[in-house]
Amino acid sequence: MSAAADLLDLKLVFVTGKGGVGKTTVAAGLAQLAAEHGKRVLVCETDAKGDVTALFESPPTDFTPREIAPGIWSMSMDTEASLREYLKLHLRIPVVGRIGPLAKAFDFVATAAPGVREILTVGKFCWEVKERHYDLVVVDASASGHIVGQLAAPQAINDLVKVGLIRGQTDWMLEILSDPHQTGLVAVCTPEEMPVNETIELAARVREETTVRMSAVVVNRVLPELFGQREEEIFEQLREPGTEEELSERAGGPVAPVLEAARLAVTLRRTRSTHLQQLQAGLPEGMPVLLLPYLFARSFGARTTRQVAHALGEELGL
Amino acid sequence: MTAATGAGAAKTVAQLLAAKDIVIACGPGGVGKTTTAAALAATAVVEQGGRVLVLTVDPARRLADALGLKGIGNDEVRIPDEVFAGAAAHPRGELWAAMLDTKQSWDDLIRAHAPDEETREQILANPLYQNISGRFVQSHDYIAMERLYEIHTEGKYDLIVVDTPPTRNALDFLDAPQRMADFFSSRLLRWLIVPYRSRLVNVASRPFYQVADRILGTQFLADISEFFILFQSMYSGFVERAEAVTRLLSDRRTTFMVVSTLEATPVREAEFFSSELMARELHLGAIVLNKVLPEYLRDARTDKLAQSMEKRSGELAEGLTDDPAVAARVIVEVAESFLNFGVVARREAEEMAELRGAPDVLVTVPFFDADIYDMTGLLQLGAQVWD
Repeated sequence: MSAAADLLDLKLVFVTGKGGVGKTTVAAGLAQLAAEHGKRVLVCETDAKGDVTALFESPPTDFTPREIAPGIWSMSMDTEASLREYLKLHLRIPVVGRIGPLAKAFDFVATAAPGVREILTVGKFCWEVKERHYDLVVVDASASGHIVGQLAAPQAINDLVKVGLIRGQTDWMLEILSDPHQTGLVAVCTPEEMPVNETIELAARVREETTVRMSAVVVNRVLPELFGQREEEIFEQLREPGTEEELSERAGGPVAPVLEAARLAVTLRRTRSTHLQQLQAGLPEGMPVLLLPYLFARSFGARTTRQVAHALGEELGL
Repeated sequence: MTAATGAGAAKTVAQLLAAKDIVIACGPGGVGKTTTAAALAATAVVEQGGRVLVLTVDPARRLADALGLKGIGNDEVRIPDEVFAGAAAHPRGELWAAMLDTKQSWDDLIRAHAPDEETREQILANPLYQNISGRFVQSHDYIAMERLYEIHTEGKYDLIVVDTPPTRNALDFLDAPQRMADFFSSRLLRWLIVPYRSRLVNVASRPFYQVADRILGTQFLADISEFFILFQSMYSGFVERAEAVTRLLSDRRTTFMVVSTLEATPVREAEFFSSELMARELHLGAIVLNKVLPEYLRDARTDKLAQSMEKRSGELAEGLTDDPAVAARVIVEVAESFLNFGVVARREAEEMAELRGAPDVLVTVPFFDADIYDMTGLLQLGAQVWD
């Protein structure tokens, strides 16, 4: 099975992960990769922090998509704007001007009935897919703690609301979300204990509680393997006091910190590879695991996004 | 820094913990918040004594393991002294731990506030209630603070270290009590349930119901109403409670500790968090930065040295070990690795310089070689943060 064909041929990809593991970086990299393969991509931000656009060195966007890089459009989710669009498009209730009271009422119902707010978010993405405005919609989705609720919302609404227009709307959403050829979820983690455990749990929950398929796991910040076994033996010889002293003398300065840094790098890599193994063992069989190297970069922008896209492309065999 | 006020600003985390009843650890997810909270609670027991509770929201099995427990539940359990003995430490007080169970806590809250048995059972059985208590993110935030209030009021502990839920918006839990109060006292709530009580809809609100009916269907609206009519009987108790929780958060015995790493995204969130805490006049006691790369990586002279080692690897390796060719390769790798990590360390230093918020205490904790999986590890981490 080719994970590559799978991932780039999807219409809607949700990228999730524990906070701080680089889910926005991966979402941006995936959008960049798809665009480089000639696709029209919409990348959506769900929490309006402007992180995605920053990775393309472009100013933040709002609810109306804007092209931020060749072939890449970006929009930022706004539930009130989405409600307005929803009412107009689906229920043929145009809301002119003041949405205030209605939004407040909506807010209230949404608080009372979990799932209503989520459905406007997920619904908007599904709508873009349904209308075929783009080849691929990449969502920088909620953190892994909330994504299940979000993806399960249409089903939950379907169960809770027996009649009414919303009920009719959830059917086509579910159709898109449940189709593994159209929709996929990418979970991002780092090779550390907590993110790995959470990803394994997420995979199980996604399977049990949603109709969406998890397409791949991306492991971000994988440290390079510094040494093979022979190199490590020699490294240990270099660290012996006499040898280290001699090396310092030849190099013209104390090499101890340089060697110590390498020891730290080796230790970090080693702890992390144990977690990587745990991840692979804990995921369902056949789940593609893509590895992204740790980026030793001073800052993150368009260049690092291209690096991520390139690394993703290599992992996908493109 | 000299303290101008009588209470005085803490200079170390140790002083901060000694002066406060409640420490709320908050910040972005994935930065070691839970572990840091547990480490501080354990260290406080060893160094200061008293009864210390760590209240976690994270169902990490590892934390339970580290504390020598099979599992942690909604009820507080005491960590056996043997667990400290295993780490060659002697507790002067008692360490307790509890994990927040949202569903269980909500049920308890309903039981406490329901006016009678019938209402109670009806609420607990209501599908909407089950939805809210189980899945509703906001309810998670609220219940964490509510549980803290409840435990604090019991007065069993000298110090409570709380690990906050990873929220969509890092500050949700601060607003949760107020939002919950607003919610139950809102005009909309009363408005929404009127027609199902009296069947009389006034002219002004009719358009709303027409829209709502079209969107949600009458049955669903009726379900919502039924639920809130039941809930209204607990209205005053709820609002009062939510207000008390809010007061507790701004009490001078409560302090906040922002935990982060120096990775770009978490540090920006931490900064936002700190400034929001101050805007709300809540006490920002400490910022703890985990997994910080060692300072020597940023040393300019070592950086130069590494650059020259990379270039002169062949001559440097000559005769040093039993395999000069491999040694040369190793020297190149080692030097490159140093330079790579140096870039990251400098990025981290820049992030730290930009970190505003002026907490009483700013602590950096170095990268640990291994994961923390037992009391020894927790106390090691605690010692790094302590003073």
